[in-house]
Amino acid sequence: MIKGKTFKFGDNIDTDQIYPGRYLELTDHQEIAEHAMEGVDPDFADEVETGDIVVAGSNFGCGSSREHAVICLKKSGVGAVIAKSFARIFYRNAVNMALPVIEVKDVDFKADEKLEIDMNNAEIKRENGSIIKFTPFPENILEIYEAGGVIPYYKARHS
Amino acid sequence: MHALWKILAKKSGRDSVSAGEIVTADIDLAEVNDLYLQVIKSFYEMGKEGKKVWDPDKVTFIFDHYSPTPTIKAADNHKKMREFCNEQNIDKLFDINKGVCHQVMPEAGIVYPGMLLVATDSHTTTHGAFGAFGTGVGATDLSTILLEGKLWFKVPEVIKINIIGKLKPGIMAKDVILKILGELGQDAAVYKAVEFTGPVVENLQMSERMVLCNMAVEMGAKTSYIKPDSTTREYIDQRVNHDYTVYETDSDFEYDEVYEFDVSDLERVTAAPHDIDNVINVRDAGDVKVDQVFIGTCTGGRVNDIKTAAKILKGKKIANGVRLIVIPASDEVMREAMKKGYIDTLMESGATISAPGCGPCLGAHQGVITAGEVCVSTSSRNFLGRMGSTEAEVYSASPATAAYSALYGKVVGGEE
Repeated sequence: MIKGKTFKFGDNIDTDQIYPGRYLELTDHQEIAEHAMEGVDPDFADEVETGDIVVAGSNFGCGSSREHAVICLKKSGVGAVIAKSFARIFYRNAVNMALPVIEVKDVDFKADEKLEIDMNNAEIKRENGSIIKFTPFPENILEIYEAGGVIPYYKARHS
Repeated sequence: MHALWKILAKKSGRDSVSAGEIVTADIDLAEVNDLYLQVIKSFYEMGKEGKKVWDPDKVTFIFDHYSPTPTIKAADNHKKMREFCNEQNIDKLFDINKGVCHQVMPEAGIVYPGMLLVATDSHTTTHGAFGAFGTGVGATDLSTILLEGKLWFKVPEVIKINIIGKLKPGIMAKDVILKILGELGQDAAVYKAVEFTGPVVENLQMSERMVLCNMAVEMGAKTSYIKPDSTTREYIDQRVNHDYTVYETDSDFEYDEVYEFDVSDLERVTAAPHDIDNVINVRDAGDVKVDQVFIGTCTGGRVNDIKTAAKILKGKKIANGVRLIVIPASDEVMREAMKKGYIDTLMESGATISAPGCGPCLGAHQGVITAGEVCVSTSSRNFLGRMGSTEAEVYSASPATAAYSALYGKVVGGEE
């Protein structure tokens, strides 16, 4: 179960807003985490707590292929990202890092709303008690999530 | 099936595939650029110690985003990548003396029709201009390819964009694709493939076709495609030393969506800050003073782009207080532009020339901008903070618009 409060963003949040290009040479994941969402919300990295949930509009993560955009969210404690749609490279990177990325098209979540996400049953419980079902992940993606990401998934295959 | 589906079917050992299906396909070429030391870190984390890449002949490393290195950290990343290539017998290391990966790979003859090319760069859609299935992935995804030579793909729906009419003189592929982006929006093709067709496309030279396919990713496309023709073959046959197959789209293939753009009346356009689909006619930009102009990158640093700028600026001086940075996309482009005298013309007009590579496009070096500054750039992105300060503004435009903007010191697209 993922439990946290929401940080709300708009449509087309690009990878430069999630992780500005000027920090791309960094490779240490904790250092990368210090710059999460810095391009759109410089206070985000200080304010986010473990389990918190990013909610956004369409095309979240558009732009560059930088894996840093997922690493910064994952390592700063973000529990999941819910968006109306995701840019595909960001989506793949998130699966690989076992950061849940959930498409919900018709719900406008509030900022600072408490949510509970149940990955097993593919549902989100809102603060007002309502339950939102989302489309379960395809099997190949679920396997990667269950392994804890693509690194442990492949590690097991190559050990 | 669409030609792109036939590529995926062939590479995944199937007779056919359909939209939404998940297939695991063999990769013909995996390219790593110098942003992602993470590729090597993830590779060794997943594979055993002493693990070898699946096929060193199908792997290439290209140093372009941080080339030559601006910081000690970037230098350290390059050093580790060189060591990796050496250990892994990867011969295709294009070091700091080559240029932008999406120009260097075609020039080197390692891009050909019918191939499946995956790179750690979103603009890998560029190679659809050669009839290849090209797509970008993140670092760890690429590491899984280095381990096994395969990657999973969701078979994309295909959008057809038919471009008709006749371009007015001086209107470039950059104007065309910006116009399309402005109309369709930056999420028009998320998870999908985009094919460009029509007489306007057929009349474009390769470098211009590459601009269309490159920027398909700016509408979210997974990959892009232009059916290879005599223009493609002319380029390929001079450089490629590899068998290739041109796949034909079946006549009864059903596109997800079909759009038609008549570009006969198209004039110079620009994507104003801070979204690439915020497209306006350049003449409607208002009185915007420009501090820097950047001509370069995988969407504006080829010979034709530099030639266009040189013709506009020949015998003239750029406006006082404006910096004009010109970065040829590759060593080959630079040498050609020097032979033809374009570099000399541009330097005479006041331009600063820098070494081939991505330059300031991603805000790393060679012309990063500060708060309050405005840059007109031929690069593909004008996102907030893309070229430096989040308080700076980027106008994405064609090399012609960029040259005029340097000449007059404001965002303009023609003689004043």
